[in-house]
Amino acid sequence: MLEARGVSKSFGGLKAVVGVNMEVPAGSIRAVVGPNGAGKTTLFALISGFLTPDSGRIRFVGDDITGQKPERICARGLVRTFQITQPFAGLTVRENVAVGAHLRHESRASALRHAQAIAARVGLGDRLDQPADQLTVAARKRLELARALATDPKLLLLDEVMAGLNPTEVQEIVAIVRRIRDDLGVTVLLIEHVMQAVMSLAEHVLVLNQGTAIAEGTPAAIAADPRVVEAYLGHGAASRMTGAGDA
Amino acid sequence: MRTLAGIALFGLVMLPLPALLASQVWLNFLVMTLFFALLGIAWNVVGGYGGQFSFGHAAFFGTGAYCAAVLQAQLGLAAWLGFALAPVAGGAVAGVVGFLSFRYGLRGSYFALVTLAFAEVLRILANSAGFTGGGSGLLIKLAPGAANLQFADRSGFYYLVLALVIAGLLLSLWIERSRFGSYLVAVRENEDAARALGVDAFAIKLRAIVLSGAIAGVAGAVYAQMFLYVDPGLAFGPTMSVEALLVPIVGGMGTVFGPVLGSLALHLLSEAGRSVLGQAPGLNLALYGVLLVIMVLFLPDGLVGLLRRVRRRFLRGRADA
Ligand SMILES: Nc1ncnc2c1ncn2[C@@H]1O[C@H](COP(=O)(O)OP(=O)(O)OP(=O)(O)O)[C@@H](O)[C@H]1O
Ligand SMILES: [Mg+2]
Repeated sequence: MLEARGVSKSFGGLKAVVGVNMEVPAGSIRAVVGPNGAGKTTLFALISGFLTPDSGRIRFVGDDITGQKPERICARGLVRTFQITQPFAGLTVRENVAVGAHLRHESRASALRHAQAIAARVGLGDRLDQPADQLTVAARKRLELARALATDPKLLLLDEVMAGLNPTEVQEIVAIVRRIRDDLGVTVLLIEHVMQAVMSLAEHVLVLNQGTAIAEGTPAAIAADPRVVEAYLGHGAASRMTGAGDA
Repeated sequence: MRTLAGIALFGLVMLPLPALLASQVWLNFLVMTLFFALLGIAWNVVGGYGGQFSFGHAAFFGTGAYCAAVLQAQLGLAAWLGFALAPVAGGAVAGVVGFLSFRYGLRGSYFALVTLAFAEVLRILANSAGFTGGGSGLLIKLAPGAANLQFADRSGFYYLVLALVIAGLLLSLWIERSRFGSYLVAVRENEDAARALGVDAFAIKLRAIVLSGAIAGVAGAVYAQMFLYVDPGLAFGPTMSVEALLVPIVGGMGTVFGPVLGSLALHLLSEAGRSVLGQAPGLNLALYGVLLVIMVLFLPDGLVGLLRRVRRRFLRGRADA
């Protein structure tokens, strides 16, 4: 469904993403992980058209979408959410989601109906008329998800929709995301720091560190990979840990 | 549904007023109030719903006014032709301004400055060009008759402007209930988020400013017909730009009735100011400046917002009782 080849992006002297290759098969749930500043959000911005890669190509359902505008890419069926939630603050939950729904629903009535159904699916059914700027953090994350889902995407890019949630809320979102894939057939690629969520949701994980893909594989294999442990805990951490285990 | 009923009620109340009003002064007051409401409705499309604060709506207004005047005074064409072409001309100028500023991503005060500059450039051009009559302006020949869109009786203009204002209110209502309007408001609230959801922000803003410029162009043609005279200062000067934005800001930006309420409040206030303080030059502008500061500080959502809050408190009070 999605294929990135040798994608790179620098900001001035800072290499945010370096030659990343990635594949997301249709119907899968995959994850991108990595320490803060690893380039994960930048990678999403490159895929969704908010940034243009310095080099490399991105293909989506067979078409080259490199450098296309975000609205074009969204119309093709690839939608992203924002790590820092970006609600339409002056609008209600229903109106927020309806903006997404309008992509495939010309009439107001039909867009509002679709919005209501989507809001119910992500657990915002009882907050439809609440202004978006009065929502809790957890509800804002759901609103991001709902708006994106309302565009009827083929591929959903979720940027840390579970950050800042308590364990119960995380479990709820995990269940919602799984149902989005199972019931609606939407392919999901997510960035997540909450390892519990990555372990239970993702079938395959890509690890970024300082812009480079350093490992990929099943969640279990990734968790055991010494390069990954080092990326998170610092140089020599993996050998120190095995050393400690030996002693 | 309620808004539509409100528009119908507005029409029903306004329609018999000329017959009921004994004084020409009050009729004149209502004509000018409706006229500025129309100008405010124009600004409200791109400024209120779209959040793009134009400081130069005189550019589109003046283009419409000159379109009507030049076609009649210089080319001897029929008044209705000038009237029909005014929105096309106003929309076209707005399209150029919008294309240039939105293509280069101008927002906020940069966009405001560019629109202001366009109006000034047009004022200077109208001052120096031959076919606009230069600095002395253009006179349209007095020839009363509905066919010439000239009315011996003030009430003729009243009905004309009232019809246009009602059309403008219906258009605003359509904006609120259409995909275009939903996208326009989304772009106002958060352009990046809108684009992520498939909204072509550039195209939406461009359509909004063209629509807004077309309505302002109509207002310009109305103005030319009412006073049968246009000059560069009247058409492209800052007065109209300020009126266009102040009316919806006072009444309530991005609401259907905001421009009507705002125009009524502003012109009641300016009449009151005139009778209390006399005809000092620049008084209106000083008064408007003070009012703008008060609105921004205490009533950012305008009179419509104030009414909504009062009604909510009233309803809650009744529920508690
Ligand atoms: N627009 C930008 N201009 C300059 N530098 C940027 C820009 N966007 C990101 N960066 C830098 O690029 C690097 C990668 O940032 P990015 O946001 O992609 O990281 P991330 O993996 O999403 O981190 P986090 O887990 O904290 O969200 C960081 O060093 C960041 O400061
Ligand atoms: Mg990030």
